[in-house]
Amino acid sequence: MQGKRSTFLVAMLSFGMAFLYIPMVLLVIYSFNKSKIVPIWGGFSTRWYKVLFESEDVWAAVSLSLKIAVVNATFATLLGALAGLALVRFGRFRGRTLFSGMITAPLVMPEVITGLSLLLFFIGLKGLIGWPERGFTTITIAHITFSMAYVAVIIQSRLAGMAQDLEEAAQDLGAKPFRVLTDITLPLLAPGMLAGWLLSFTLSLDDLVIASFTTGPGSTTLPILIYSRIRLGLRPDINALATIIIVVVTIGVVIFGWLMLRQAKQRERDMHIAAKS
Amino acid sequence: MKGEVVVSTVNRPWLDPGQTPFIKVQGVTKSFGPFVAVDNVDLDIYHGELFALLGGSGCGKTTLLRMMAGFETPTSGRIVIDGIDMTDVPPYERPVNMMFQSYALFPHMSVEQNVAYGLKRDGLPKGEIDERVDAMLSMVELSPLSKRKPHQLSGGQRQRVALARSLVKKPKVLLLDEPLAALDKRLREQTQYELMDLQDRLGITFVVVTHDQEEAMTLSTRIAVMDAGSFMQIGTPTEIYEYPESRLVADFIGSTNMFEGVVHQQDQEHVSVKVAELDADIKIEHSTAAADGSKVWVAVRPEKIILSPSKPDNTEINVLRGVVEDIGYYGNSSTYRIRLENGVIVQVTHPNQRRPKDGRHVAEWEQEVYVGWEPSSGVVLTK
Repeated sequence: MQGKRSTFLVAMLSFGMAFLYIPMVLLVIYSFNKSKIVPIWGGFSTRWYKVLFESEDVWAAVSLSLKIAVVNATFATLLGALAGLALVRFGRFRGRTLFSGMITAPLVMPEVITGLSLLLFFIGLKGLIGWPERGFTTITIAHITFSMAYVAVIIQSRLAGMAQDLEEAAQDLGAKPFRVLTDITLPLLAPGMLAGWLLSFTLSLDDLVIASFTTGPGSTTLPILIYSRIRLGLRPDINALATIIIVVVTIGVVIFGWLMLRQAKQRERDMHIAAKS
Repeated sequence: MKGEVVVSTVNRPWLDPGQTPFIKVQGVTKSFGPFVAVDNVDLDIYHGELFALLGGSGCGKTTLLRMMAGFETPTSGRIVIDGIDMTDVPPYERPVNMMFQSYALFPHMSVEQNVAYGLKRDGLPKGEIDERVDAMLSMVELSPLSKRKPHQLSGGQRQRVALARSLVKKPKVLLLDEPLAALDKRLREQTQYELMDLQDRLGITFVVVTHDQEEAMTLSTRIAVMDAGSFMQIGTPTEIYEYPESRLVADFIGSTNMFEGVVHQQDQEHVSVKVAELDADIKIEHSTAAADGSKVWVAVRPEKIILSPSKPDNTEINVLRGVVEDIGYYGNSSTYRIRLENGVIVQVTHPNQRRPKDGRHVAEWEQEVYVGWEPSSGVVLTK
């Protein structure tokens, strides 16, 4: 059997990989294109990277997107964690099913609907109390509403897997409910909350539709900037920007994967120690 | 026979009317919606007892334990520990600690931190905490592993950490939820004796929940057999095994031969029960009050039945004839399934005191044998 794999499987794998990665590879290659017209190869050059770094618009968009992503991720993690806790630990309360259904609804709601309804809501609110100004605030609030649904789901599944007797054991040993939360529940939830934070961060950085609905004049996030420039035709400096994003994401994924692998190996070693003793 | 002898009450505080119970469960009911988990039970547990709550899954034993710990509030009734009403006291204020079936060790803390956690919550000075944790860890022989995390320990070590953690606060009562269930057989036997020893040394009252009748019999001073939220019988292991009060208890503890019959005649010492399926009268020593003609059950333990190849001379004992249908060899003993002339199967346990001659035991398959038991060996059950 060794070394002899089915030709069909090999073909399928190559096809799948090509489908996923050829567009990205093309993008990276064209970002080094000297020519101003994207599809025509005019030789290797890094001039578009220079153009990109000198463009203030791009930097403003990157910084706005990052700011929104960080604030969104932080609030979404907090609110989502609380919602997840309530769903799992409160036991049965009136309207529990409705609540849990409602909290996950944003996951399946079409983005245009979420965006539109939020826009209407913000306009109405502005008319009523003069707040919020459309821009950073509104985009962030909009992102929090859907990100926290994801966090709630993550926390919920993590808590369900975490045996309740750990919390009971802490109480039994004299810890009051708040102490149990800070000593036991939160530390054990930390990995879930980190995952939730990262997911919210990426969701926010990635979002075009909802941001387009809820943004205001002068507040251009990175996806909005890229999309609006592309609409006027393919541009080589955008290719350069996309290449940088790909590189950053790849580095992030590699580091994360390496950490996970190391942790798994550590666990394996620990198990081995336990078995031997 | 029972009750005539004056017994010392030093180790049997439940027989001494002058003693006050340490734990008093009074008319406690717990229902979850329409389901009644614990149904109006009363229970007195005395200081220094190792008390076992025994029953199958869903019988309410764990719910009762959790009410003592404070994790569940009784729907009605009261729980008093050492003279103080604990019914509405939250778990973190009770002088009671619990060892969980899963051990519930905090995975993000080391062995040392796990054991110290309860003392820290009490706000003890650091020096005293360290001292008590060290003493406790050396008692359970875990000192060299104090810096390890729970997942770096074997099952038996985890069990000892859990035990140390629940004992370090010197609770008035230690509650143990299936303490040995997660250990393998050999470790279980060893740990069983360690637990008894520990309880003896510390003088703490233990309440153990278990579904394992053997564990309950060897560990405890008294056992409460539970079914469907109520106690079927409360008594010492010997009482429960030798004098079961109902068919359910007789069946649940050990194995038993059960015959249905009608009280036929009785005198001062003996009851005669007519058993239709055996087509015979069974003579039993008087123990339970039953009127003539009433329906009763006769229970005889397999090890109390004598198996012999020839008809016994003694006319005082109950004798039946049958054929060996099956033999289960356990090494120290063998269990014989004897088919009587009318098709009823009787189980007999025979100790293998001698090595079998030419590989032959006391009886072989298809051999005709006599089974017999003394009138004092059987029990008459009315329910």
